[in-house]
Amino acid sequence: MTDRATFDAAVAAALADAPLQRALADVPAGFVAGRRRARAELPGFERLRRTARDIRDHTLAHLDLYLEAFEANAAKAGSEVHWASDGEDARRIILDICRKADARVVTKSKSMVSEEIELREHLAKASLDVVETDLGEYLVQIRNERPSHIIAPAIHLRVSDVADAFRAQHPHLPADRDLETPEAMIAEARDVLREKFLSADVGITGANFLVAETGSAIIVTNEGNADLTMSLPKVHIVLTSIDKVVPTFADAWPLLRLLARSATGQALSAYTTIVTGPRRPGDGEGPEACHIVILDNGRTELLASDMRPVLRCIRCGACMNHCPVYCSIGGHAYGSVYPGPIGAVLTPALAGPGATAHLAEASTFCGRCEEVCPVEIPLVSMLRKWRTRDFSRPASRRSRVLLRAWAFLAARPRAYRVAARLGARTLAALGGSRGRLQRAPFASAWTRYRDLPAPEGRTFQEQWASRRRTE
Amino acid sequence: MSRERIFASVREALSVNGKDRARERAVAERLAQPPRHPSDASGAPVPPAELAVRFKAHLQRLGADPIEIAREDEIPSAIANYLSALGLPLRLRRGSGGPLAALPWETVPALAVETGPALAGDTAGLSHAIAGVAETGTLVLASGPDSPVTLAFLPETHIVVLNAGAIVSRYEEALPMVLASCGGHVPRTVNLVTGASRTGDIGGKIVMGAHGPRRLAVLIYRAAAEPADPISA
Amino acid sequence: MDEGYARRPRVGLFVTCLVDVMRPSVGFAAARLIEAAGCEVVVPAAQTCCGQPAYNSGDTASARTLALQTMKAFDGLDYVVAPSGSCAAMLKLHYPRLLAGDAEAEAVARAFAERVHELSSFLVDVRGMTAVPGAFEGRVTYHDGCSGLRELKVRAQPRRLLSAVPGLELIEMPGTETCCGFGGLFAVKFPAISNAMVTAKCANAAPVAPDLVLAGDLGCLLNLAGKLSREGSAIGCRHFAEVLAGELDAPAIGARREGDPA
Repeated sequence: MTDRATFDAAVAAALADAPLQRALADVPAGFVAGRRRARAELPGFERLRRTARDIRDHTLAHLDLYLEAFEANAAKAGSEVHWASDGEDARRIILDICRKADARVVTKSKSMVSEEIELREHLAKASLDVVETDLGEYLVQIRNERPSHIIAPAIHLRVSDVADAFRAQHPHLPADRDLETPEAMIAEARDVLREKFLSADVGITGANFLVAETGSAIIVTNEGNADLTMSLPKVHIVLTSIDKVVPTFADAWPLLRLLARSATGQALSAYTTIVTGPRRPGDGEGPEACHIVILDNGRTELLASDMRPVLRCIRCGACMNHCPVYCSIGGHAYGSVYPGPIGAVLTPALAGPGATAHLAEASTFCGRCEEVCPVEIPLVSMLRKWRTRDFSRPASRRSRVLLRAWAFLAARPRAYRVAARLGARTLAALGGSRGRLQRAPFASAWTRYRDLPAPEGRTFQEQWASRRRTE
Repeated sequence: MSRERIFASVREALSVNGKDRARERAVAERLAQPPRHPSDASGAPVPPAELAVRFKAHLQRLGADPIEIAREDEIPSAIANYLSALGLPLRLRRGSGGPLAALPWETVPALAVETGPALAGDTAGLSHAIAGVAETGTLVLASGPDSPVTLAFLPETHIVVLNAGAIVSRYEEALPMVLASCGGHVPRTVNLVTGASRTGDIGGKIVMGAHGPRRLAVLIYRAAAEPADPISA
Repeated sequence: MDEGYARRPRVGLFVTCLVDVMRPSVGFAAARLIEAAGCEVVVPAAQTCCGQPAYNSGDTASARTLALQTMKAFDGLDYVVAPSGSCAAMLKLHYPRLLAGDAEAEAVARAFAERVHELSSFLVDVRGMTAVPGAFEGRVTYHDGCSGLRELKVRAQPRRLLSAVPGLELIEMPGTETCCGFGGLFAVKFPAISNAMVTAKCANAAPVAPDLVLAGDLGCLLNLAGKLSREGSAIGCRHFAEVLAGELDAPAIGARREGDPA
């Protein structure tokens, strides 16, 4: 997790990164327009948001019981359920399963939880050949960087970046091959990863939802990579977290109706798969064992706090797609697995609030995120809660002093009016006939990029009072 | 132990002590009798003919190829025609048993049909859908001894056979059909397939065939016992 | 009270600290409009700041103090009207939340909130205003301030009033609903990001070639005017109240004073 100084450097780099800025400029036309269209085409979209919110709130309020029901039903279906308090726990459990399976090659589909606990790095250190199969995740893996968006991990890359990465990563292929177009690159990725799919000993997926009534996991992709990951190897591991559970399929459908529409504008992703346990007698294929690893990692603390609603999140990415800050600086600047508004709320909870206070600060509270969140998470209120918790920390001393001075003055109307008059006259004088200040040492952060319009010189209150006196 | 710690944390967070009978009953009842959530503004059921129209319109928007045939025994020749029209190899793998096995494959000797789970070199996989969902043009497939899942993912071409009478309006209506096909249980895998495999991860351009099938064709037929209603063109 | 005697509603004008110090003409324009809507305007002297900077920075104690002071200053008036979406939202939506936990204060805040309105919403939704005193020959475009838009649902009202201004042509720019990057202290705490956002906003306005960009919040307007001026643009900025009220004597925000060399 990064601190304020690192954030500022990352922001500066991001704003100066022309290809990144071009990629971010496409988000409004792509995901944002997509969601708008999908919403217009589904009557009752807004009511569905309230339904989804209520389903999540009900589940969270009875989380212990639904987790128990999930565990019991998953076991009945032949899955083995494991509980992990934190990342270390989860990594150990998974490595153990891989060792027992004599695994050499491990395929993986997209799982934000796995990024959260840095699973791949840990397994690679144990000499396992772990390969991301989601194309965007594969790209960031081979470039040795973090995903920059939870739905489109490689959204920050140019087409030429991908070609370069493939040339470096696939040296066994003819150097003069065509890698000009996305089609050519995807064909290459398909062949390269096909080999891994077929030779994998263990396949690790995430889960979008866990269904308590049957012990099933629901896994959503457009590529079908999760399906190849979970059905070809002899062991399937589902890595997920306690907040993914829903009571029944009846509760899953409304959430699924909102998920793709909110994320990309599709009505439903290409592959929505419900998996329940390992292979059944008579199946000619499928994993022999299905393990479900359920992680806490700070979520029970969120559950106990006044930020519980953040656990409603279904990881659609709509908030970041619509966030003007995210669309200016991209995902990497957030320095966290979860960027954008949801990241600004979650990261301090998962990582500890100290170093990440700036994430809640870097928002104008425009409220667009809340407007588009399919489960109505009050993101702005939560960011404000972080700011409130942060206000008394030592690091905010300078802001605290200035704000307290302002409040002190504002609570004394007569003194305030005097100070206001003084301020108006001073700024007017500094602005002179130009009517604006181009340099203002006391407000250099403003004047670095903008002029500061100068006031007229007399405050409204004094003019109103004098007009009244002459009436 | 992590399990105990997590459950203790959850209960503490919710201020419950794990002995609240009323709460347990509420959850048990809800699991036994799930609520009916609204899915859209219209409450009235959609007429069957309209369902097929909507379903096909969605398939077309998804770039999947809907192919209508009058009777199921035309399926083998329809498949052969589809593959040869696209210049694709006349090879197919299907599940070994089930309704697909009873079709007159011998009427199309040029089509090489194999059975079982998909293999690396397969070019086309054939599945039988339990249901089609008109709200999004989604096919519902259930895994089983006669319906390997890999047929839907390894080959480049995925062909799905669907009885027009099995097209329902909403996902909620498809689930009981899935359970019925599997002795009242949910099968190991239920695949909801909405179009073929795709990605936008490179340059934001949507490209088909990212790992899964590049193309999806859906053969919609009427079962022998049903009268041949005119299906609108 | 005598029967049949209908006194005019007494409207407390919540001037806002930015208008008070930086652009009083907005306050006078608002007063003129409220009077044109058949009301008496009262400007309580004890008003200072709505407390939003403290509230959004996490200093809830100071925010509460200012909330109680503000509500006391406007006691006894029929309405409280602010020429600012963000200040109006603070008074109307956030005061009750801020004071939740103190049952008595919260009740006061709820009652107070009922009387609070953003200016254009007051004129259109409460007073049913259709004609406006001002006139303006020229092209304008409108920027929707985030709080007014999302918290108070103010969107149609300023546009409805502007369409009643003789001579005025309103042309929408793309991204009217995208944040301009002011965000109160955000503009000085994260100036580079704020700059990126306001640059994008100005780039949206330019192709429309308006004479003026209008908005309902002085914070947004100072931000937009400051950037346009730094870019050497000829596009001016005003609060919509100035145009509606015909209060156009003051130069546009940040523009040169009259009689000065160009």
